Amino acid sequence: MVEQQQAAILRPETMVEEFKKNRVTHVVTIPDSETNYLYELMRMQPWLDIVPASREGETFAIALGLSVGGKVPVVLIQNTGMMESGDSIRGMALDAGFPLVMVVGYRGWTRHGVISDTAARYTEPFLNAFRINYYLVEQDVDAPRISVAFEEARATKRPVAVLVGDEYHGFNR
Amino acid sequence: MLEAADVFKVFQKHRGDAIVIPTGTSGRQWMNFTTNEKRDLSLGGAMGHSAAAALGVALSLPSEKVVLFDAEGALLMNLGILATIAGMKPQNFYHFVLDNECYATTGGQPVPNAKEINYAGIAKEAGYVAAYRFDDLQEFERNVGKILDAKGPVFISIKVIPAIENEPIGMRNRPATRNRTQTIRDLRAELGITEG
Repeated sequence: MVEQQQAAILRPETMVEEFKKNRVTHVVTIPDSETNYLYELMRMQPWLDIVPASREGETFAIALGLSVGGKVPVVLIQNTGMMESGDSIRGMALDAGFPLVMVVGYRGWTRHGVISDTAARYTEPFLNAFRINYYLVEQDVDAPRISVAFEEARATKRPVAVLVGDEYHGFNR
Repeated sequence: MLEAADVFKVFQKHRGDAIVIPTGTSGRQWMNFTTNEKRDLSLGGAMGHSAAAALGVALSLPSEKVVLFDAEGALLMNLGILATIAGMKPQNFYHFVLDNECYATTGGQPVPNAKEINYAGIAKEAGYVAAYRFDDLQEFERNVGKILDAKGPVFISIKVIPAIENEPIGMRNRPATRNRTQTIRDLRAELGITEG
């Protein structure tokens, strides 16, 4: 029963394993209350550096700078902050043309029922407007999609988003 | 107020092998003084975020000295970056702000609270190791060597005379320079870096 419950969520350990598998060196992030355990887990990894930012727009620029020096950054933010970052995504990520996976907490999203949170309603239209491809992950079984996102980012030298759809349950322990 | 050209002339003598990231209207003059273009980096593209990109460079290349020439209008767009930089404590990071008190590229309109704000004070209280203000060339000349020899992150605010542009964008003369992609490619080649 416990195993079934575990399989039904996206465990922070799974996300960290995907980062390691894809040789991520830095996570540039603004934590939110739902990803606190992921944050603590990332801090414990000796191969991973955390770069806390003050505003989400910074994260894409910091990631660009890290990539200049040959590092492999990931941006970890919430969908609200992604929308705040529009010009930075345009000028620092898309125009610069480097591989970047952006892991985005899909606040307000639900597979069941009506989505009432505008943060969720506008998330995919926002990504579509920027022509940024995205993959939805909800459970551990979805983890391979994270690697697909990394592969696509490397192949296209563009940002690719991973939308964490079950953020409120998976990371909130 | 100082001429930005004089600031760069003095700085160049102390540059050594530092990676230099010029931004803003004043920063364009750096191209007239640099003697090591392969270590010059263009990181513009989203106003207010060059400092964040420069931080990323400093973190990724800890054995290289990274010097950013920021502009006060850009800094005001994201003052939070001062806390971000101070929090990461990059010892190799030198954050100059050429403060011309206005948006020179849009005709010279003043930035908010242009005459009163103390950027160095904000940076110091945000947690930079040291912060300086200069409005005198000789004083800057006397101190810049020591500042660049100390461990960062250090903040240096310098009052400069604005080079105000009033011509419509399409009519402005821009000298041919390497674009951002080219400067990144050249720097990587210079340092032997392969893409991550």
